[in-house]
Amino acid sequence: MTSNQNILVKLNQAGFRIKDKWLVKGVSLQIEKGKIVTLIGPNGSGKSTTAKIALGIYKKIDGEVEKYTNKVGYVPQKISIDWTLPLRVKDFMVLTENLKDEDINEALSLTGVIQLKNKNLGDLSGGEFQRVLIARAISKKPDLLVLDEPVQGVDFTGEIALYKLIKKITDELNCGILLISHDLHTVMSATDHVVCLNGHVCCSGSPMDVAKNNEYKALFGEQAFQILSRYEHRHDHIHTNEGEIKKN
Amino acid sequence: MLDDFFIRALIAGLGIAIVTGPLGCFVIWRRLSYFGDTLAHSALLGVTLAYTLEFNIAFSVFIISSLIALILIQLQKRTNLPGDALLGLLAHSSLAVGLVVIGFLTFIRFDIMGLLFGDILAVTVDDILIIWIGGPLILLVLKLIWKPLFASTVNYELAEAEGLNPDRAKAIFTILMAGIIAISIKMVGLLLITGMLIIPAAMARNISSSPQSMVIYSILGGLLSVVLGLFTSLEFNTSSGPSIIAASLFLFILSLLNIKQSIKLKN
Repeated sequence: MTSNQNILVKLNQAGFRIKDKWLVKGVSLQIEKGKIVTLIGPNGSGKSTTAKIALGIYKKIDGEVEKYTNKVGYVPQKISIDWTLPLRVKDFMVLTENLKDEDINEALSLTGVIQLKNKNLGDLSGGEFQRVLIARAISKKPDLLVLDEPVQGVDFTGEIALYKLIKKITDELNCGILLISHDLHTVMSATDHVVCLNGHVCCSGSPMDVAKNNEYKALFGEQAFQILSRYEHRHDHIHTNEGEIKKN
Repeated sequence: MLDDFFIRALIAGLGIAIVTGPLGCFVIWRRLSYFGDTLAHSALLGVTLAYTLEFNIAFSVFIISSLIALILIQLQKRTNLPGDALLGLLAHSSLAVGLVVIGFLTFIRFDIMGLLFGDILAVTVDDILIIWIGGPLILLVLKLIWKPLFASTVNYELAEAEGLNPDRAKAIFTILMAGIIAISIKMVGLLLITGMLIIPAAMARNISSSPQSMVIYSILGGLLSVVLGLFTSLEFNTSSGPSIIAASLFLFILSLLNIKQSIKLKN
């Protein structure tokens, strides 16, 4: 047990199995206020499962989960909504919490879908729906945001803008974020802590530490390393006081 | 003018419609119509029990229906049979057992038709009291669990992740279903209660764009069905249950016409 007030969720050797098949095991991580923790790993490596363990969706788990907040915003990877329900975007926004109209408008404006407020949820495109999902998660001003591939199906410019937004929200709300992303670019530039999964924790640490790890390279290949080196190259110069660029 | 028994039936029917409206919406949204049927079929067993032990019918039906719901949950956990097979098993076996028990109770004269299809002549002042106390109670509880129940109807994992406790809401909803069946069985009859739950709600779905408006239209549709159905029942001397359900079917068909018109307008 720790007395750190900033911790929102803590997993200790957590794992989940269906009968004898482990979906993920031995995961230890903690999410703190104002920090972004990212899960990376190939398909089927247990990223979403880990998120669901942290959220308390899976209850019969191995290991321990300590959750210190109930103000949670969740953007699931897959969401199957029964379209026989008459449900407008504004009804969906207040699904788990009653919000003031201005809070709904603000969140929908931030993700660029305010014009869809009165539309039926079933009539939205994939990208539009994804933006509504993000708006819903942030509108309740949560302590903890869990984003499972939040920008899937969003157009390229929107993707960048949404990631910027997510970063901004972390700073403004001082909330903790658990992010699952395939976009290593984003992971490397915006994350405080990376956990690389492949059924278990391969490696974890700062983005730089993880990128240097051999297991990470083995999982993602040389290309992933290239992304990192490009990222590193942004820092291969310094700006002098005169505004000139000076090579190291 | 109007007979006392008719006024009693009207008051009872309207009380039932106010409750079946919102519950029926959830039955449709959560795809529970066969589950409602199962609980209703098991109600016969509750009725026979009430006669044998000289017990209040509504109370006894409530107990048996809740019990069947519990057994269903246990069977779902312990067997690999699909849900609809389990529901069919419970529905028909409890109906059969109920009918067999009736066969043994030769000393009591049963109005089987009344049990199956409802009987407005049978509505007493006590029944009205049970409906108008039990009904608002069901609505109150439904209002309290609305948020978690509705959220988990839309998406279970979202509700669970964001701390709403959907499992508890689902369990309470099951009890509410047993409750509405218990208070409406005399009036609507056990074969037709599910119709009372789903037809006004289905009608409402056709003409509403939000969950709230669907609930309101569903209640209004139910109230109108009761009034129309009971007057027909009085006029043509038909059973109350089928008359009410037929009236709700009529409203459902009207709502379909409305859809056709709006599609035409769009094009």
